[in-house]
Amino acid sequence: MKIKENIAISETGFVFNPTTGDSFTLNETGRKVIALINEGKTIEQTAKVLKETFDVDDTTLERYLFDFVYDLRINKLLEE
Amino acid sequence: MSRTKITVAVTGLNNIDSPGPGIPVIRGIKESEEFNARIIGLAYEHLEPGIYMSELVDKTYMIPYPSKGKEALYDRLMEIHKKENIDVIIPNFDAELFSFIKLENQLNKVGIKTFLPTLEQFEERHKSNLPAYGKKYGVDIPQGTEVFSIADLNNALKSMEYPVMVKGKYYDAYKAYSEEQAIAYFHKMSAKWGLPVILQEFIDGTEVNVIALGDGKGNLTAAVPMRKQYITDKGKAWGGITIEDQSLLDLAHKIVSQSKWRGGMELELIRSANGKLYILEINPRIPAWVYLAVGAGQNIPEALIKLALGNDVKPYTRYDVGKMFIRYSYDMIVDIDRFSTLATSGEL
Repeated sequence: MKIKENIAISETGFVFNPTTGDSFTLNETGRKVIALINEGKTIEQTAKVLKETFDVDDTTLERYLFDFVYDLRINKLLEE
Repeated sequence: MSRTKITVAVTGLNNIDSPGPGIPVIRGIKESEEFNARIIGLAYEHLEPGIYMSELVDKTYMIPYPSKGKEALYDRLMEIHKKENIDVIIPNFDAELFSFIKLENQLNKVGIKTFLPTLEQFEERHKSNLPAYGKKYGVDIPQGTEVFSIADLNNALKSMEYPVMVKGKYYDAYKAYSEEQAIAYFHKMSAKWGLPVILQEFIDGTEVNVIALGDGKGNLTAAVPMRKQYITDKGKAWGGITIEDQSLLDLAHKIVSQSKWRGGMELELIRSANGKLYILEINPRIPAWVYLAVGAGQNIPEALIKLALGNDVKPYTRYDVGKMFIRYSYDMIVDIDRFSTLATSGEL
């Protein structure tokens, strides 16, 4: 799992896809997830780090994380 | 570098909610580092806002509607030319292009240059001819047909799935979800733009546009792709952003090189959910969002003038991705004296 190379992500969490013209804003958690993906972590490794960082149960964490990754995929932000 | 003095006449001063390209074309010309242009506005209606934008338009003349014929247009242009010594005319309406293309040689003889598609290029990209165009140039076009009557319409609808697009000959398009809606839009389009009305398969996807300039020899002099971000109820972009998509530039290159397109062009495209690109329309002129291309680094109006004058133009190779345009409306206050001068004398 990798964010496409041409996707621009600012420090404030603004995401711009130059191919489609779409833009998005990330909250702090989204920024954290993207940073972990950019470090080369898998979904499982990302989930583990998030669980250590946030006070959240497994079911909630997995649901939100999978939803988020799905959003990245359908918005063509992930290298497939 | 001293700029070359030049007089350029421009139509399409209707900077309204469905804007003509005249004012953004003029803004591009005014920003040229090569030309110091006197701008002559050519207007059809007394309330075209550009007429009153004296910081952009130096003088405006009323010209006859295309329905009056090319002879009437030529006569009026000669009256104006005597006073203004026009170097280049940039027509910006689809409906007037036929007359200007027909007059190209006559205008050239009196020293007025244009840079327009040939009549064949102009005709073959008509909405009604697009399916044949797609076959000829190997590009994807939504299935469509032209209809001349309600009987034609009903017949065509039998083999189509709803929604369908009902399009006017020159402008406007509506999505119809039923036969009743399609009939209503048929009447609306035929009353406004005449026959035929175009019936087209609806493709669900993302609408993208490319502005392009062809040099008439098969070279793509300029091209900038844009995604509409805010669309008005008339389907016009009120905001847009330049995007980086090589497949759009490749398509523009393919069309311009194969057809040897001469002049400005806008490709209206849709990318379907499975990533396939379809051409919805090919507009044979500079679009109203041309100033975005200027802002992104390609001064297409300037390049078009240089081509019209027979100068060498080095093709643009880059543009800024992520440049946005956001349109706005603005109320000008105009004394009635100016309006009355235009209405009575035909010039301002």
